[in-house]
Amino acid sequence: MKVVAVFAAVAALGAGAGCTARSDAASGVVNIEIHHSRFVPAAVSVGSRQTVRFVVRNTDPIDHEFIVGDQATQDRHEHGADDHHDGSVPGEISVPAGTTVTTTYYVDRRRQLLYGCHLPGHWAYGMRGVIRVSS
Amino acid sequence: MARRLMALVGMAAAALLAAAVAAGPAMACAGLVTPGGNVRLVRTGTLAAYHGGLEHYITSFRFEGGGAEFGSIVPLPGIPTNIERGGDWTLQRLDREVNPPQAAALDRADGPQPAAAQAEVIEEKRIDALDITILKGGGASVGDWARQHGFKLTPDAPEVLDFYAERSPIFMAATFDAQAAEDRGQQQGDGTPIHLTIPVSNPWVPLRILGLGDSSDTKIDADVYLLTDRAPALLPQPGTPLGFGLIPLRSEQASDQLLSDLRTDKGMGWMPQSMWFTAFRVGEEAGRLRYDLAVDASGRGQPSMVWAGLRRPTKPAPPTTRPTTHPTTPATPTPTVAPTTVTAPAEIALGLPPDQVIAPKRADAESAPVDLGVALMGAGVLAGAAVATVLVARRRLLSR
Repeated sequence: MKVVAVFAAVAALGAGAGCTARSDAASGVVNIEIHHSRFVPAAVSVGSRQTVRFVVRNTDPIDHEFIVGDQATQDRHEHGADDHHDGSVPGEISVPAGTTVTTTYYVDRRRQLLYGCHLPGHWAYGMRGVIRVSS
Repeated sequence: MARRLMALVGMAAAALLAAAVAAGPAMACAGLVTPGGNVRLVRTGTLAAYHGGLEHYITSFRFEGGGAEFGSIVPLPGIPTNIERGGDWTLQRLDREVNPPQAAALDRADGPQPAAAQAEVIEEKRIDALDITILKGGGASVGDWARQHGFKLTPDAPEVLDFYAERSPIFMAATFDAQAAEDRGQQQGDGTPIHLTIPVSNPWVPLRILGLGDSSDTKIDADVYLLTDRAPALLPQPGTPLGFGLIPLRSEQASDQLLSDLRTDKGMGWMPQSMWFTAFRVGEEAGRLRYDLAVDASGRGQPSMVWAGLRRPTKPAPPTTRPTTHPTTPATPTPTVAPTTVTAPAEIALGLPPDQVIAPKRADAESAPVDLGVALMGAGVLAGAAVATVLVARRRLLSR
């Protein structure tokens, strides 16, 4: 049993170390990287009734945008004409090539939200992610 | 949107890339669209001929649609030692060779666009209404250059540019000046053949670039011609499970008539008396065209997995990601409450779709990038096993 316990502890240490760098779980900050026109990670979990700060880093040589909201919000942007978001609307911001931007979004209740990019062809290409909101 | 076309000949060995000319239907998208989005530079056909250590890469650009200017980017295996206007009938003659009698050859033209950024500009040359720029740089820097020169990069461009930059940091950007074309009396559909002479150890034909900007279900239709000193070994081999989307058209000793016809075209005097002629049609959906054509013209029969795009190169890739800047960030209140966690990172794909990968496991192991977490987990497991072994050994010793 002792051997098994030591083995499991060391293995867990190794496994855990590889998964913690993507966000600061305790502060409500979510770090998202855009690489090859994809969001990394493609799914995050947050608690409800909190303001989440998204730090979005675009490593691509092309512009992107980061839009947070429910499906209706995503649909509206997908069919809308706004191609620039100055950040004045929470959860909606343009992410020029090679830049890092931040935006905040208040998550009110338990539900599923999405984040995506709606520049022409980007949503269809797969530029979307899921925010799971827990109570 | 752009499509390509082709037609012609040459000598030596190499790879031929996209479109077709005269009679053939071969057309495929070359890539990058300008802001207007309604004009496209179409690469209509490609011949890769290889002889004496030189790849003669001949492709034709044809412009379609309205708009002022537009362009295309083509990855290259090396820095060209010569860039010139191609002959007028090489691609057409090749197309006729593959698609015999029926006349009705439509012609295709092309059009490219602008130039200049972080990537190193190796050479610039004006050919008809095309501005040809040879660039050296990583995917990101070439992408930056393209964006700064008016190219509208499609969302798949970053990954595709990185895919190529890992193998060769050399790209050719072709931009089309519509006004110059008009001044020259060029019509829509007129093509401008470009002939690059590139010293390489083996010819190579980029295929994946043909699907740049297309939706995954778009059918790519392009003809590729090869002329080599001997029958080449190809990877993927057209017509095989791996090269299922490559439809074999010819693999034979080039006829004297064909070689003679090609030799009389501009810039084709280098062709030897005898060459092997290979032709195939790319008829693959863009989403599945995630490979290139590696050619071994040496007779050893070992085309490179790396150049075929089926294995990542072992050497460090050129830098493709540059430091990001921090522009305006809206100052919004950020009260923090409950814990926030991140799950399920997205996966970045490279190479063939999973159902097409048939490479040996060893190759996968050599090329697969190792995630830090997986690596640490593995280290943890190994360390745990080591500790367990020591403890067991110690217990046995103590129990004696």
